[in-house]
Amino acid sequence: MKIKGAKIIIETLLEQGVDTVFGYPGGSVLTIYDELFKYSDKIKHITTCHEQGATHAADGYARATGKTGVVIATSGPGATNLVTGIAAAYLDSTPMVAITGNVPQNLIGRDSFQEVDICGITMPITKHNYIVKDIKKLANVIREAFVIANSGRPGPVLIDVPKDIQIAEAEFENKSKIDEDIVYTNGAKALSTALEIIKSCQRPYIYAGGGVTISNAAEELKAFANIIDAPIGTSMMGLTAVEATNPKFLGMTGMHGTYAANKIMSECDLIVAIGTRFSDRATGNKKEFINGKKVLHIDIDPAEIGKNIPAYVSLVGDVKTVLSNLVQLLNPIKRSDWEERVEQIKNCPDSHLDMDKTRLNPQSVIETVNKYAKDSVIVTDVGQHQMWTAQYYKFPKPRTFITSGGLGAMGFGLGAAIGAAVGTKYKTVLFTSDGSFHMNLNEMATAVSNNLPVVIVVLNNNALGMVRQWQTLFFESRYSCTSLCRQTNYVKLAEAFGMSGQKITQMCELEKAVEESFLHNGPYLIEAVIDSDEKVLPMIPPNGTINDIILKG
Amino acid sequence: MEEKFVMSMLVKNEAGVLTRVSSLFGRRNFNIDSLSVGETLDRAVSRITITAFGDEYVKRQIQLQLEKLHDVIVVKSMNACDCVTRELLLIKVNVAQGNRSEVMEAIAIFRAKVIDITTTSLTVEITGEHSKCNAFLEYLRPFGIVELCRTGVTAIARGSDILEITTKEDKEKEN
Repeated sequence: MKIKGAKIIIETLLEQGVDTVFGYPGGSVLTIYDELFKYSDKIKHITTCHEQGATHAADGYARATGKTGVVIATSGPGATNLVTGIAAAYLDSTPMVAITGNVPQNLIGRDSFQEVDICGITMPITKHNYIVKDIKKLANVIREAFVIANSGRPGPVLIDVPKDIQIAEAEFENKSKIDEDIVYTNGAKALSTALEIIKSCQRPYIYAGGGVTISNAAEELKAFANIIDAPIGTSMMGLTAVEATNPKFLGMTGMHGTYAANKIMSECDLIVAIGTRFSDRATGNKKEFINGKKVLHIDIDPAEIGKNIPAYVSLVGDVKTVLSNLVQLLNPIKRSDWEERVEQIKNCPDSHLDMDKTRLNPQSVIETVNKYAKDSVIVTDVGQHQMWTAQYYKFPKPRTFITSGGLGAMGFGLGAAIGAAVGTKYKTVLFTSDGSFHMNLNEMATAVSNNLPVVIVVLNNNALGMVRQWQTLFFESRYSCTSLCRQTNYVKLAEAFGMSGQKITQMCELEKAVEESFLHNGPYLIEAVIDSDEKVLPMIPPNGTINDIILKG
Repeated sequence: MEEKFVMSMLVKNEAGVLTRVSSLFGRRNFNIDSLSVGETLDRAVSRITITAFGDEYVKRQIQLQLEKLHDVIVVKSMNACDCVTRELLLIKVNVAQGNRSEVMEAIAIFRAKVIDITTTSLTVEITGEHSKCNAFLEYLRPFGIVELCRTGVTAIARGSDILEITTKEDKEKEN
């Protein structure tokens, strides 16, 4: 039977098991939205206030659930508004399919109204993208897009569908979802070398990244750490790879990582890097970082091996498969001296920095939320509050921390929190700040119209705190354009959007406010006023080493 | 050590493939020295030859990043001593000053070919390795080259070695 292109899109989405999409209607996607209307019992569409919010929501949805995030936008500005969200998904390896409408093919290339070359624009920030020029290819393009988005290292794929293709008809037959993945094989030599250095090293250190979570390999990681008797530090993206209470867990490494994680990493003789790309924020000075250490690099993306840090030996493949294979091939090894040294560093005072708790402070806010949040997904924007959350929140299980790690996109949080709340249907917390929140706070309307259980905690320091911190440390306190002097009344603002909220300025108000926010049905905002000079510590300055670590403000 | 190298690849013959390949170089901060592209025996597949400059790291990264592109089927880094490289140049030389015979002599020595002639100019075609083409060009320069077209380098492996679409099974065998 012949059906319309727009209907083919919806039918193939259903084939892929999609039941939720995010987006924003417009002239070039009218036909798709008309079909969405007819299929509203099968696919739920969340309309955001801005397409950027929709991509961040699709991203948050995907990270919280492990499914593919789907976002739909119209041509021109609709499509360009997706760009930051697609880039965020690309840099953090989130599976996403973005569908954009475009002007009819006979108008393409003529600078028509709301025409933009979105394939050209998104080429460097997608795994692949398509412009569909033949209705007969539409169904298979969508199927292939889902395979690409999920296979190997996941990422976003964009499909641009001109309006005439949405209207044109073609024969269509439902097919079952393809679960195809790339299989990697490592040479026997790589495996034997890997086993050999694991056995012969004295001080192994596991450095786990976001790939562990993406690969659902938390159990395998713990088994591996136990069998080789190694502590685990993580990148920010890898933070939920092991529960924070795990005795092997040292916290985050890198620029704002814990003293323990960085110090122990600097003393190790073998780094087992798992599902991570050694970002500059995680390594600091690359030469010193690697000084005298061997690196065993495990990653699904062959291009990551040796890209930032040279590997002594590498195992390419799905982290879960590689780790369970290693666990099977190894006998338990005990390293008492190393364990003792690790414990010693872990227990030293520098490994436990606390903020001044006589005044309302970010650490107390985060720890209090932590008490109430249980298994909630924690989302952040970008800046100091993001680092504080990474440092002080005790994440209980994988996929409970969603943050823009690679791109570092301020304004990411509210959209992502909406996506996570839609995906988990459970209380979701957004830690944000006055800087980041002002970027995309419009999405409060989306949280309200869908009555989503999102608790928004705005850590308001009246400044662009992270930039201010750098200005304090490296620019002789010249606060160029970072003192905000905004007069925003966040509680009134929340109320104007149809939400409830409250402002707190003192420690004694904290517990009650958090309790109320969790008892509240629907979205709720807490504005917590903090000091402008509260710093993110410890800090290893850019290109620095553990010897440069700043522990006091 | 930084050196010039040749990278050959087979890609799907689809719109935008060349942009994907060339923009990857820009995005990853690698420079393209020359690029040539054309259809293969199979019309659905094109062959792209790129010459670039860099050390082992750059060479390896370029290959691995290219292999990640969905439209790229296979990439091979060509070893300079195991492959034949050729470039084609079309050169228009000014011969108004009575230097025609000297130019003709050079054409004979370099085994180039005259493909068009007027009373004031000669149009010459030369194919050869990059260095030979450069030497010819340098010789002609003082006579006054008025126009130059270069195709960019293309390369093919010596012997029975061919660049072909490798299947998953082939890759496993290699390992």
